Amino acid sequence: MATTPEDTREAKARLDEEFTKLYRAHLRDVYSYAYYRVGNHHDAEDLTEQTFLQAYRHFERAQRESKGRPLRPWLIRIAHNLAANYYRDRSRRPQTSIEDAGSLSTPHTTEALVEDRDDLARILGQVERLPDDRREALIMRFALGMDNREIARALGRSDGATKVLLHRAVRQLEELVQAAEDGT
Amino acid sequence: MSETFDFEARLRAALTPVEPPAELELRLEDTLGSLVEMAADELEAWELGTLKDPRNWPRAALGPAAAIVVGGGAAAGLVLLRANRKSRKRGTFSVRRSVRDAAREALRVFDDVRR
Repeated sequence: MATTPEDTREAKARLDEEFTKLYRAHLRDVYSYAYYRVGNHHDAEDLTEQTFLQAYRHFERAQRESKGRPLRPWLIRIAHNLAANYYRDRSRRPQTSIEDAGSLSTPHTTEALVEDRDDLARILGQVERLPDDRREALIMRFALGMDNREIARALGRSDGATKVLLHRAVRQLEELVQAAEDGT
Repeated sequence: MSETFDFEARLRAALTPVEPPAELELRLEDTLGSLVEMAADELEAWELGTLKDPRNWPRAALGPAAAIVVGGGAAAGLVLLRANRKSRKRGTFSVRRSVRDAAREALRVFDDVRR
């Protein structure tokens, strides 16, 4: 049976509806990833915008090739590649600011939380010292709540290699934080 | 083992998800909107350029149809995003109302594209 232009338009409309769902479901994921990668809200917004723009252009193919698997790893992989270009073009390093992130994500109601916030700031400071692949794996796991398989797909690695990467990342970070605490 | 578990809890607390600013959603919709405009401009330029040359007339009969599908797809994406935003502003989500909004927005967006 021949495909009519109307069939094509209906298929495209369905695709756009699916894209809207994807956008609504993962805007926060992409933004969180971008923020922890680039370290400031201005560039995180640009990176998020570019990620969804790229995703929109290639959505049909991605959906076809995903064969029903979740598309979050694909979205994060786009953000990952764009962030890599961002660093390559501008020779920048991330500058995460716990004050900025905290003010948007965590309500502060008591003074006791100040101490906790210092602790979290120390941890974030050490996250920045990790090699890129380990830092990214930790962001995906802890900020986005991705499982091993999703992280593996986003980073283009095997499940086994991702499990090892995460384990080493946590171990290295723990040592860095411990060393920093012993030194203070 | 327990220490590692504690450390992971601290790490989870440090790397909290960051809520995107409200303006970002508007910017994203604007970006999709400009995609629609670009598609419309390209279509217009293609039509004007092609129709001047009679040798291109057979192809002209096929080309715009393809471009309309591209432009229409981008417009539909924009329409759904706009309609969803309106639903959220009202504080209640109604599928029927969203569809009606989408239809209304579609007329407006397709009018813009045609212009």
